[in-house]
Amino acid sequence: MRDRIVSLRRHVLARHLFLALVGLLVVVVVVESVSDYRNTQLASMAYLGIAAGGLTVLTGINGQISLGHGALMAIGAYTSALLLPDRDATVPLTVVVLAAVAVTLVVGAAVGLAAARLHGPYLAGATLALAVAVPGIALYFKETLGGEQGLRVVMPDIPVWVLDAVFFVTGQDLTRSRFTAYVGWLTLIVVFLLLANLSAGRTGRRWRAVRDDEVSAELAGIDLGRARVSAFMVSAAAAGAAGAILAFTVKLAAPSAFTLTLSLTLLAAIVLGGLGSLAGALIGAALLTFLPSVVTDIGRNAGLSDIQAAELAPLVYGLVMVAVILLAPTGIVGSLRSGLQRARSRRRTTSPTTTSKGTAS
Amino acid sequence: MQQFFNTALTGLTLGMVYAAFALALVLIWRSTRIVNFAQAPMAMLTTFVALVVIDAGYSYWLGFVAALVSGLVLGAVIERVVIRPVEGKAEINAVILTLGLFIVLHGLAAVIFGNRYRSFPAPFGLEGLTVGGTTIALNGFGVFTIVSVLVVMGLLVALFRYTDVGLRMRASAFNQEVARLLGVKVGAMLTLGWALASVVGSLAGLLIAGGSLVHPSYMDSVVVFGFVAAVLGGLDSPLGAVVGGLILGVSLSFVSGYVGSQLVALAALVILMLVLTLKPGGLFAQAPERRV
Amino acid sequence: MLTLTSLTAGYGPVTALEDVSLTARKGEITAVLGANGAGKTTLLRTVSGLHRARSGAIDFDGTRLESVAAEKMPRLGLAHVPEGRGVITELTVEENLRLGGLGRGGRVSASDLERVNDLFPILGDRNAALASTLSGGERQMLVIGRALMARPTMLLLDEPSLGLAPRIVAQIFGLVRTLVRDEGLSVLLVEQNARSALSVADHGVVLNLGRVVADAPADELAGDDQLRHAYLGF
Repeated sequence: MRDRIVSLRRHVLARHLFLALVGLLVVVVVVESVSDYRNTQLASMAYLGIAAGGLTVLTGINGQISLGHGALMAIGAYTSALLLPDRDATVPLTVVVLAAVAVTLVVGAAVGLAAARLHGPYLAGATLALAVAVPGIALYFKETLGGEQGLRVVMPDIPVWVLDAVFFVTGQDLTRSRFTAYVGWLTLIVVFLLLANLSAGRTGRRWRAVRDDEVSAELAGIDLGRARVSAFMVSAAAAGAAGAILAFTVKLAAPSAFTLTLSLTLLAAIVLGGLGSLAGALIGAALLTFLPSVVTDIGRNAGLSDIQAAELAPLVYGLVMVAVILLAPTGIVGSLRSGLQRARSRRRTTSPTTTSKGTAS
Repeated sequence: MQQFFNTALTGLTLGMVYAAFALALVLIWRSTRIVNFAQAPMAMLTTFVALVVIDAGYSYWLGFVAALVSGLVLGAVIERVVIRPVEGKAEINAVILTLGLFIVLHGLAAVIFGNRYRSFPAPFGLEGLTVGGTTIALNGFGVFTIVSVLVVMGLLVALFRYTDVGLRMRASAFNQEVARLLGVKVGAMLTLGWALASVVGSLAGLLIAGGSLVHPSYMDSVVVFGFVAAVLGGLDSPLGAVVGGLILGVSLSFVSGYVGSQLVALAALVILMLVLTLKPGGLFAQAPERRV
Repeated sequence: MLTLTSLTAGYGPVTALEDVSLTARKGEITAVLGANGAGKTTLLRTVSGLHRARSGAIDFDGTRLESVAAEKMPRLGLAHVPEGRGVITELTVEENLRLGGLGRGGRVSASDLERVNDLFPILGDRNAALASTLSGGERQMLVIGRALMARPTMLLLDEPSLGLAPRIVAQIFGLVRTLVRDEGLSVLLVEQNARSALSVADHGVVLNLGRVVADAPADELAGDDQLRHAYLGF
């Protein structure tokens, strides 16, 4: 029995590593084959995906809600901006991301300690206050944090060995926006790998146990507070990394980027994708990144002015979010999964020969 | 001394508005155990309705009434269509739903009215009143604010305390099943509760907007202040919400006046966390601690 | 007066009542007895519309009740009296009573209020107090008084003895008896405390695991030693 558990765990780890490698390959192919404009979009998708992944762990797996992840991203972004003030900054990007994660982790621990005692609407209200309060800090400390205009983020030159390595693999010169897309997606893959392993293991089981039934979790010897705080910290750390990538992508850390709308949008992403699945978080992030231009075009064709059409996208997220909660509370991934299961069980009853295929996956 | 006095006065006026908004949240929380975060964009939308009426050349008062009436309808429709299916379900669903509504109403306003600042008129002068030769930080509109919130509160007290409908609404809020056994149409009472709360929220929206600028997100911070005020008062108590609103209004006014207006939301967050950690049942709780 | 025919009800896969038929006659107290989980509460909830039957018929004075909503029952003259915890503790005693009077539709008459206050002098003395300050026995009186405010023809009493001292139970059952004698009320009394219930009831029905196992006059049931030992525990 013990052996089986160990081999199962190794199996899970191997599967995650395999998925990460496949992901990396897909990223290289996609980043190399699309335009600079699309690569900037891809970088945006990466930071939304990282933050949504973190929020998925918190809301989907641990059952806590946070409307403050936009604020946590702001902390990551401002940390990055402070480390990259001008071209002379010598801090490597890896260190910048790690610093953003570290600072956000500390803030996340403080917020998490307070939040662990709260549930449902109280937690939502407290994190909502966080989302509204944080941009004010940047405005108040104008000297260091740049006030309304924010801080410029100056990306360092791409290291020569990276340029060489990329040219060696792809045969193409590495443009700046491609580089940013790579940084974003590498970070996403690392973060997702860590999140997937955490949630598949003991920690994840504890988070789920706390979400499903506090009383039985406590009876099973799980420290509710610790499980909640750890989930909040992990989630905050992901938001910090996302903030760093956001800073690299838009090359600016300004209060206007971290409005309540950002936090709500992240929540929309994980609800659209299906609470509790990292794949869902990625789908949600993709929708947030690519849906607006589609929706805007539809709006323009339907006779709306450009300005009006540009406002359609959030309306659509919101409507879909309401519809998902009312009609399919498991989100897109959950609905697909249960649809597949239904289809599979139907197939099984009609033609039993196809089941061997099903088990192979 | 004069600055101190004026800061307190400004705080009291603002506090009245927060109190009204907190009251709207409490009315809904009491009956459906839902914190209606969408209250902010609902009030924003009805204020825009008023603006449309006023911009069309009608009087401020017609716009005022139009906003309150559309608030009534909006609250009822939202409860019936969107909220009813999640009542009594897992609380996280209701929270996410009200946030989804938040985004929808925001988007709707941005598409219809544009994502830009527009000025909103006030029916009374914005010049500070003069008392004994000194100008104080209270103007005609401020007086109107205080009076109208007091009137609405008085009407609500009268409704709940002295009418049959009010008694039925309270019964539905406290114990739905027993209320049904006693012949109360609980569903209708909940709809009415949401509608009334939405009217009170709309009033708060109009009062914040008066003589100032409106924008699809101009109420976003007010929902935070309203929530903090409601939690200060215990979230279950209408009287607590009013007192909480006044305390918060004055506190935030001092933060704004002596520290910096940018930190007002942060101060609200700090107050909220202090209350939730030290006195989770609100400032006036004597009953056993409640789960937050 | 109230006739159930082949009533079946349950929750999801669980069947709580199976093929239950019984009659509660006019001007009588009919006791429904049985252990915890026998289906007594489901029976009451199904009659009063809080729970839908899967099949079977409920007839009340010629009106079919299977699909009538709970909030319509007071107008039909049927009052479901939840056990003492059913007082609305956040309201005052008088507000609880007034609420009962509203159930019939129209306004609350002062004479009804007076009558209930006379029946339960303890309530009359504490009209302005919050119901949360009442004792268990007083709460039980309040829920019965509140039901009477709607001038019902039949009371459905849910475990009125629950958690009360024997002296209080006797007092409350005595009062129910008086109401039946003086006002011609009919009562369907659901009780776990079979000894007390049979001492006041005219007729008894015993439920076990959702089925009727005995249906006879109360004194006959009380005299059947075997049945008493098997199902009623006294």
